[in-house]
Amino acid sequence: MHLEYLLNNYEEAVAMILFGIGFSNLLLQKNLIKKIIGLNIMDTATYLFLALKGYIADRKAPVVVDGITSAEAYINPIPSGLVLTGIVVSVSVTALMLSLTIRLYRRYHTLDLDEITTRLRKEGK
Amino acid sequence: MAFVQNFPFMSIILSLFSGPLCSVLDGKRARRVNAAVIVIIGGMSICTLRYVISAGRPYVYRMGHFPAPWGNEIRVGVLEAFMACFFCAVTLLCMLGGIREREAQIEEGKQNLYYVMVNLLLCSLLALIYTNDLFTAYVFVEINTISACGLIMIRQTGRTFEAAARYMIMSLLGSGLLLLGISYLYAVTGHLLMSDIRQQVQTIAATGQYHISLMVALGLMSVGLAIKSALYPFHAWLPDAYGYSTLSSSAILSSLVSKGYIFLLVKIFYRVVGAQVVRESKVVNVLFVFGIAGMIMGSLSAIREGNLRRMIAYSSVAQIGYIYMGLGLATEAGSIASLYHVLSHGATKSLLFVAAAGLADASGGSDKYGDITGAGFRNRLAGVAFTVGSLSMVGMPMFSGFISKLLFAQAAVGHTHKMFPTVIALAISTVLNAVYFMKTVIRIYTRRPMEQAGGSGAAGPSPDAGAHAGMPGTESLPGAGRQVSLWEQPAKTAALLCFILLNLILGLNSDPIVRLIQSGFEMFE
Repeated sequence: MHLEYLLNNYEEAVAMILFGIGFSNLLLQKNLIKKIIGLNIMDTATYLFLALKGYIADRKAPVVVDGITSAEAYINPIPSGLVLTGIVVSVSVTALMLSLTIRLYRRYHTLDLDEITTRLRKEGK
Repeated sequence: MAFVQNFPFMSIILSLFSGPLCSVLDGKRARRVNAAVIVIIGGMSICTLRYVISAGRPYVYRMGHFPAPWGNEIRVGVLEAFMACFFCAVTLLCMLGGIREREAQIEEGKQNLYYVMVNLLLCSLLALIYTNDLFTAYVFVEINTISACGLIMIRQTGRTFEAAARYMIMSLLGSGLLLLGISYLYAVTGHLLMSDIRQQVQTIAATGQYHISLMVALGLMSVGLAIKSALYPFHAWLPDAYGYSTLSSSAILSSLVSKGYIFLLVKIFYRVVGAQVVRESKVVNVLFVFGIAGMIMGSLSAIREGNLRRMIAYSSVAQIGYIYMGLGLATEAGSIASLYHVLSHGATKSLLFVAAAGLADASGGSDKYGDITGAGFRNRLAGVAFTVGSLSMVGMPMFSGFISKLLFAQAAVGHTHKMFPTVIALAISTVLNAVYFMKTVIRIYTRRPMEQAGGSGAAGPSPDAGAHAGMPGTESLPGAGRQVSLWEQPAKTAALLCFILLNLILGLNSDPIVRLIQSGFEMFE
């Protein structure tokens, strides 16, 4: 019964699996670029989940082109708006992380965060 | 509608727009603009507080006058206005206390950028305090993270870059979980405004429908915010971030940034989900256990630490543990104790950071444990201030820390399962606090033997001086120590005196403040 439940909502299941992949990459990868990729997978999975929650089967995007103003004809636009806001946030934190990575790479010529930490400890600062 | 009711909105907008303004000014002007903005916002918050107290009930401010399900809202009660006042006061004092360190440690052309970050940080904190919309809260959580990261990395050394990277990674994990939790809650309730969600949650909880989804949402949001505010197992970034960034940054980060997230969590618990559901869920027990673990482990790490500022940073881990322990009790008294500890820790930890910088200043710029011997005699005010801060952290009567410990203990009494763990943890943690703080106080009031004083000029702080190589300013000069008079840095003196005063007010005059928090807390629902 549980499997059937999962198969009927396979989109949500995919979103959660992707979230898990992104989360563990961001947490466990040593390489900073791979961490940032993980961050993006994680955020995108959340947006997939949000977009799914706003989608109603057989309805159209809420853009009035043919004069139909009844709300029954369209999907819920609020999650789409949230996704857009979320994308803006995700782009800015990605940019910040990338610039931080560039700074660290120029200084230490490696992308491995643990190695940078060990080197800093060795320098005794 | 009274004109005062606009003030919370105005203070958010004012700090938001003064950020970009600071980016085109030079360092000195930006500093003045920043100080003026903080003072104005503080004044407006006091007016708001007086208005809300006299009105006796909270009010809702609709942005753009759109009615409830469509528009965005600000909700102002006693607690929100009081927190805004407190945050403004502490920010101002932290900025005042760290002027000289900022000038020495931040590159010449980048001074103004610091004030951009501080303004944005204040804006996001105010928005977190006031907002009545969960998604707005998420956006400002991210703004808070980004500006805090800027505050860490503006002092450009390898250590701060590494700390900033680690801070960002942990914070992003936390905000990912928070966003997913908010999405879940939206999917279950169909609302984003806190008061609307609350109504729906109560209906759902009454029927028992979607119980698992609700618990998942609550768990995700709690864990996300706990990671962001450095609850014990997630604190790895904290000592580096607080220990190596410039003084104002460490003080602001430790006393305000994590508190903003905690305040949001309290709001989620008691305004969005509701006390009943939170109490019945198991999430609070998890927070309680990790809070207690943090109290013990943070103090143990602090005892082992050989660097004064990193020691204070580890002590923050323990204090965050206290706050989560109080939240984990899931009673009104426990939450009030936690909120009081937010104030008490905010006032004390920034005092300790500024005082530690004063002690390091008198010890040739080194904050290694061996170099600060006798620093209390060389910089009298910093010594006294550090002692006050330490006594408050340990929980001496007269100082703010005592009151919060008393409140925690009172809240625990009568709790069925959690009374003994709480009281035992409080006792152990107090002893551990006393070990490392009193050890430091005794050390700064021990006169250095003469021969050692001669020797340490060459050998003592020199390894540390390498860390600041290339940094302008007196900090990098190795030296055995010097006398620091009261008038050498009037700004720091004033900041320290105000912090001591704030601590004494919180410690000696706690009744009205506790009553204020209590009335504000009752307005939450």
